Amino acid sequence: MYGGGYIYDPENKNQAPIAEDPEKLAEFEAKIDNGEKIEPSDWMPYEYRRQLIRMIEQHAHSEIIGALPEGTWITRAPGFKRKMALIAKVQDEIGHGQLLYAAAETLGKPREQMLNDLLSGKSKYSNVFNYPAKTWADVAVIGFLIDAGAIINQLANSKGSYAPYGRALKRICAEESFHLKQGYEAFVYLATGTSTQRAMLQDAVNRWWPPIMHFFGPSDKISVHTEKLIRWQVKMDTNDNMRNDFLEQYVPKIWELDITLPDPNLRKNPETGRWEYTEPDWDEFFRVISGNGPCNKERLDVRRWVEESGRWVRQALFKPNEIYKVPLA
Amino acid sequence: MNTQALKEMLCKMGDDALIMGHRNAEWTGLAPTLEEDISFSSIAQDQIGHALAMYTLMHEHLGEPNPDIIGFSRPETDFTCCHLVELPNSGYDFSLIRHFLFDHAEILRYKALTNSAFTPLAQVAAKITGELKYHILHANTWVRHLGNATEEAKARLQTSLNTLLPYALGIFEPSIFEQALIADGIFIGENALQTQWMQTIAAILKQTALHLPDVTTIQPVYGGRRGYHTEYLQPLLTEMTEVFRIDEQAEW
Repeated sequence: MYGGGYIYDPENKNQAPIAEDPEKLAEFEAKIDNGEKIEPSDWMPYEYRRQLIRMIEQHAHSEIIGALPEGTWITRAPGFKRKMALIAKVQDEIGHGQLLYAAAETLGKPREQMLNDLLSGKSKYSNVFNYPAKTWADVAVIGFLIDAGAIINQLANSKGSYAPYGRALKRICAEESFHLKQGYEAFVYLATGTSTQRAMLQDAVNRWWPPIMHFFGPSDKISVHTEKLIRWQVKMDTNDNMRNDFLEQYVPKIWELDITLPDPNLRKNPETGRWEYTEPDWDEFFRVISGNGPCNKERLDVRRWVEESGRWVRQALFKPNEIYKVPLA
Repeated sequence: MNTQALKEMLCKMGDDALIMGHRNAEWTGLAPTLEEDISFSSIAQDQIGHALAMYTLMHEHLGEPNPDIIGFSRPETDFTCCHLVELPNSGYDFSLIRHFLFDHAEILRYKALTNSAFTPLAQVAAKITGELKYHILHANTWVRHLGNATEEAKARLQTSLNTLLPYALGIFEPSIFEQALIADGIFIGENALQTQWMQTIAAILKQTALHLPDVTTIQPVYGGRRGYHTEYLQPLLTEMTEVFRIDEQAEW
């Protein structure tokens, strides 16, 4: 699950524009305008490849880091049904990571290097996973609302121009729709349960609302490098449009369960048909994404432990004479 | 049919699977490769399903409460899992060797139970055996590979094997109902199972650089089947039931 509205790209500012062969570029853009897909062996501009690697890699990292806050609740899930559903769900997320690293590898960057960039902080993951899952109700909120947000983003991106990413996203969305169902069911059980259960859920919704509003990335007013990415069909919709789609589909479902949302200005404007809300705190978003959120250190420490404690296994699998080949998806 | 004997057998099988599933699920998100992460989660998911299947038989045929109550509300002393499954994961080598030793015993047990005189169990056992085939395939592949790989891998696996064998022998701690189960045709008995298991694991380990210690000189770790446990079970149960205990009557 992932909201890809924000591609962390500190190098972008210092990047000298690459002069592409104008004929090849025109051919490439015509292809995209015609709705044709780009395969790994096709010619593509440097910037297209670079942005896609960043985007898919960031998506893959989000899957494996996203497994951590929910994963800690597998051993504590109440009852067999929830326990089995949650293991299956988190297992799917790791599977999505595997699928996405493979898609990014088709662009020439090996998985090992992507994981190293995650640990060094050179490459980021979805900001939402820098917040803690404090109670069981958080698992219901993540499974329902974060997965719902991810589906909106990923369904849009699955129609993008890069074929291996689109194929991976179609498979991922099919699984995410089950995650949403199990998350919604757990959410409904808490919302319609005892007063303790309802209080747990309301508290979790209150805490998760700001990160959920951040999930689709900064407002279009302040979001950079969107235009070219939309023209190349790397980014398929704007952050604000996706946020609006999410509010349109899910706010009524939350309200109908008598759960409130901590934003007095949240309402649908009947004239414009768009949702209005208090502008999310983007300073907080940038503060957290740059490493100062409540769980950034913990998440990376866990992945570092995985890297270090599992190194002997990977070394035992290593075949020194094998040459790295870029897969074709 | 001796229902007390049957209940005791189903309960220990369910408890083994539940606690083993709990430990294996702790690898979710943390395994050495993404592929292994997925495998261990999948194995854990199967095992928790096996526990559910055993508790469901107890509920439907032997008058016990529903599976959630059996799994999530009993005191530690009512659990009859073996000590092997309780031990904390201390590394991937440890968990792999435990998975190898445990799942070989599991597949032989469930295979034997496909002929059980207690038909509902025989039917469930056939389904579970089908899943355990993949557990065995997975365990054998990794033990063969790492058991022939780098010096570090071989040393780690050997250490874990030496540590875990006494506990693995505890899987076969005989029940006081052993003779009744055999006489009623419910199960072949722990002794017969242990003999089959020894032959199977010895044959696999022979294909590796690992050395199987002489098990006749090893004192098995018993007690789990009678409700005596390691210091690790109670904290595991406290964690497992943390949410459920908030309100056992609530629907979660």
